[in-house]
Formats: sequence, C-alpha cells, structure tokens
Amino acid sequence: MIWAKEETMSRAEIEEIQLKRLTETVNRVYAKVGPYREKMDQAGVVPSDIKTLKDLSKLPFVTKQDMRDNYPFGLFAVPKDELVRIHASSGTTGKPTVVGYTKKDLKMWTECVSRIAAMGGATEKDVAQICFGYGMFTGALGLHFGLENMGAALVPSSTGNSEKQIMYMKDFGTTLLVATPSYALRLGEVAKEMGLDPKKDLQVKIGLVGSELLTEAMRGEMHKLWGEDMLVTSNYGMSELMGPGVSGECEYLCGMHINEDYFIPEIINPKTGEVLPPGEKGELVITCIYKEALPLIRYRTKDITRLIYEPCKCGRTTVRMENLSGRTDDMLKIRGVNVFPSQIEEVLLGIEEIGPHYEIIVTRKNHSDLLEIRVELVKPVDVYRELEALEKKIKHKLRIVLGLDAKIRLESPNTLKRFEGKAQRVKDLRKEV
Amino acid sequence: MFIKQLSVFIENQEGRLEQVLEVLKQEGINIISLSLADTSEYGLLRLITSDPAAGQAALKKQGFSAMLTDVLAVRLAHQVGRLQEILSFVCKAGLNVEYMYALSNKEGDASIICKISNGDEAAVLLKSKEVELFSQEDILRIFC
Repeated sequence: MIWAKEETMSRAEIEEIQLKRLTETVNRVYAKVGPYREKMDQAGVVPSDIKTLKDLSKLPFVTKQDMRDNYPFGLFAVPKDELVRIHASSGTTGKPTVVGYTKKDLKMWTECVSRIAAMGGATEKDVAQICFGYGMFTGALGLHFGLENMGAALVPSSTGNSEKQIMYMKDFGTTLLVATPSYALRLGEVAKEMGLDPKKDLQVKIGLVGSELLTEAMRGEMHKLWGEDMLVTSNYGMSELMGPGVSGECEYLCGMHINEDYFIPEIINPKTGEVLPPGEKGELVITCIYKEALPLIRYRTKDITRLIYEPCKCGRTTVRMENLSGRTDDMLKIRGVNVFPSQIEEVLLGIEEIGPHYEIIVTRKNHSDLLEIRVELVKPVDVYRELEALEKKIKHKLRIVLGLDAKIRLESPNTLKRFEGKAQRVKDLRKEV
Repeated sequence: MFIKQLSVFIENQEGRLEQVLEVLKQEGINIISLSLADTSEYGLLRLITSDPAAGQAALKKQGFSAMLTDVLAVRLAHQVGRLQEILSFVCKAGLNVEYMYALSNKEGDASIICKISNGDEAAVLLKSKEVELFSQEDILRIFC
C-alpha cells in the first residue's frame, strides 16, 4: 500500500516542492542559526544564491562535530519554548548530540514513519511489537507513533527480558516485529530455547528492521529463523535528521525509498566533498527541507550508498538509496586494505557450520595489523580434521572477498555477546596500544 | 556393536574443562573413560559415560557444542602383541584408525575405544575374527 500521494509525484513535481522548501529553509536558517550563518558567510554564499536545486552544492556541510560544538541547542532554529520533544543520541565519546522537535516536526515524523511502515507491508490490522529500546533513542518512539498513526495495535515492549517478549508475541498474536536485525535473531533463538518454532508457533510475518545494517546474508538468517514468507525490510534514518523514516524498502527489496518531499539526498566523494553524478557510490548527504526545530543543511551521514532514480515496480517515484554498504566510520583499514565489517558478515553468514554471531578483533603486533574473527561452532564435530577444514574454508572465503588473511577462532555456541540494541561486533584495539 | 561416545568441543581456556565436568556431575553422570587432545586454540574432549544422551542434552543446554559418535569398544586380552594383531586385521582391510584410547575395565583384561574410518565394515570384520566388542549394555554392566 502506498501511504501518501507525494510518493508517486512526477520528478518535476517533486523538484518544484523541493526547491520551494529548500529556499524557505535556507532563508530561515540563515536568519536564525548563528553558527550556520557564519559558515555560509565564510563560504561567501547568501540565501539568494540558491536559485535551483543544483545550487545546493554551494552550501557548506554540517557534521556531527558541529552538533557537538553547539551542544545542546546551538543549531536549533526555534526558541526553546516551541519544542515539544527532545531526544539525544548515545554519545559513546564525549557529549551526546541533541535533537528537538516542534509540534509540526512530530507530525511530519509520524507521517514519514507511516509511509515507510506501509512500504514494509504494515497495515492497520497488524499487532506491532516494538523491541527497540525506549528512551532518548529516536528509534522506538519514531516507529511507535508512525505505526499508531496507521492504526496498528502497538506492543511497546522495548528491549530486554526476551522470554517475556516471546510470551507477548505468542499470547497477543504479534504480526509485526520492530527490532535491530541482531536482536530479531536473538529473539528467534530465545523462542527456540523456549521450545517454540517461530515459523509455526508465532505469527510474525513482517519485520521492520533498522538502526543497524541489514546485509542480504542477515536477511537470509532472519528468514531461516522466522520463516521464508516473512517480509523483512530495512529502513533508514538517524536522530540528527529526525529519526527513523528518512527512507525505507518496499516489498520489491531494491533500495530504500527516500521521502523526498522532506529530505534532499546527495552523494559526495567523502574525501573531497565534491558531488558525484547520479548512480555513483559515495557518502550520503541529506538536507532537511521541512523541519522547524533542527533543519540541518547538507548533513554528512557518513553512510556509504548510491542513489537509484529509475522508477520502482511498486509505483513509487521517489529516489531510492541502495542498502548501505557500510559507514565511513565503520571502515577498517587493515594492512592498507579497506574492509567493511558488512563484507565479513556476508561471508560468515554463508557458512552453515557456524552461527550468525561473530566478533571482529583488530590488533597490531610487530607493526603489522592482525585480523581475528571469533565465530560460534554450531555443528558439533568429533575429529580435528573437520575443525581444521572448517577454519581453512572460512579463511579462504574471507581471502577471496577481502584480500586479507584472518585468524579464525572457533568457540562454543552462546559464548559471543548478544545485543539488544545496536550490535557492536568490531573491536579495534590498535588505537589503545 | 557400537557404543555412544560423547564428544565435546572446548576452547583452550582456563576452567572450560572443569565446566564440562561440572555439568556432568550435576546430572549424576559417571565418566568411564576419556581422552583429551588439544591444540593451542581448542580441544576435543571424548567421553564414555553412564548416560551419553543425557550428557549431550545437558551440555547443549549449557551452550557447549556436543555430539554423540558411534565408536567401537574392543576387549583385549592382557597379552603382548594382541593390539597389534587386531590392528593388522584393520590395516589389511584398508581401514584407518582415526583415534584410539584406553578404557578402564574392572574385569582385569585390557580394552580400548577406537574410531575406525568405516565403522560398520570394521565391526563386521572384527567380529569375524572373534574379537569381542562391548555393547552399550555391557558398558553399563561391567564398567559402572
């Protein structure tokens, strides 16, 4: 089901709305947000320079560092008393980044999430269990209001207490699961430990997963656990831009449709900042064109993707962003080779003797980087030969994809950490030496 | 003909072996014989126990990778050359011994556990040479 008529507009109509909203936003930000006005002044650009959508590239970028430097409300474009909600992203290093919403912002957010939920197959008939952590994190409340707006029955179970989560699923007849891909897998495992077969004993047929990369291999693991007929879609957003709802996959699973009447995407070369032509891969930059409280202009997401402008079979005309191939943040440089953890995941999940959980450890010894990967042995063995053969097979497959040798550490099932929120599977210990 | 061996994968880490033994103790399972081989990273623990199926279930529940394997338990007279003689039958038939370890026996003669590349063929062969193989029931009766 297509939720809003804005999703099927012609390119000309979309661009007309975008230009109108962009110029309004730039004018407002220039007038009200001191730090951004300074950036524009330094770049020698004034709001009246923005005459076409192409002129967007004249504007300076905003980064996460700008948000930290202006903690907490320095980049806001409205007075504090117009805010009706404040969220913050987990600040693993230093101060968190703070985001705020006016009443109109919340309405827009809800609309955006209803659209992506509809893309992922949700309807008002669904019983939707939200297994994202509620709190300062935007994921849970974002999905919550979007699905509620749609008319679905919400089960705001949050994270934790996985046995109880499964009990709710069974007793309430949950049909839709909202979680990170890794927590969705964990919940499936817990159901099995409780003696239930998620495919038969539970009715979950829709998975709206986000806040973490969904690789195709991970989608395959979800199907294995929850059933081949489950529609698992990923959706995209980040608190700086709003939260979930920036884009989402439809049933054709060919990239995430961006809500273009609210966000303008660009792809840039992350090193030079130069805008790349349509279809090329690079860093995603997003401009918010309808937000009141925190209308970030040219925000550098650090996510690597490409934009697909060809029309989609679902009927939506909005541009799609390819499912993420990684974040510039996540990229590891090992012995001079660029490695995305998602590449390693794709390899590991294709090997049936090991489970879907893993940990990547990078260390430095004698001035050389060492890549070590911990995996769980799920198929028991009785002879060493088989263990050696398995190690060799994993190493070989990784070498083909990465061009690097890795040390493989096999471990017993259930030894690696399970995650309820964003999984943290990479330990780069080189910085600490 | 075969008896069930419990095989457990364990990381070469302090306390892992003890954890396995603790699980078996809690289940009231008696260990009749065992073999432990290790590499720098991990070990394979092979056990003959009073109740292999219960042992496997309990270990799996505690997150161990454990399986049951069919192995041969062979009675040997305490005589010079008896083991060599038995192995000569095996070798002549073109079979390989994958691993072997001793089995304690209250009745005074020696015995061994062995895994041979083609277990069915090996069992038929040894029986034809009148080599005595213990059954699971024998194990419980004689060894526990």
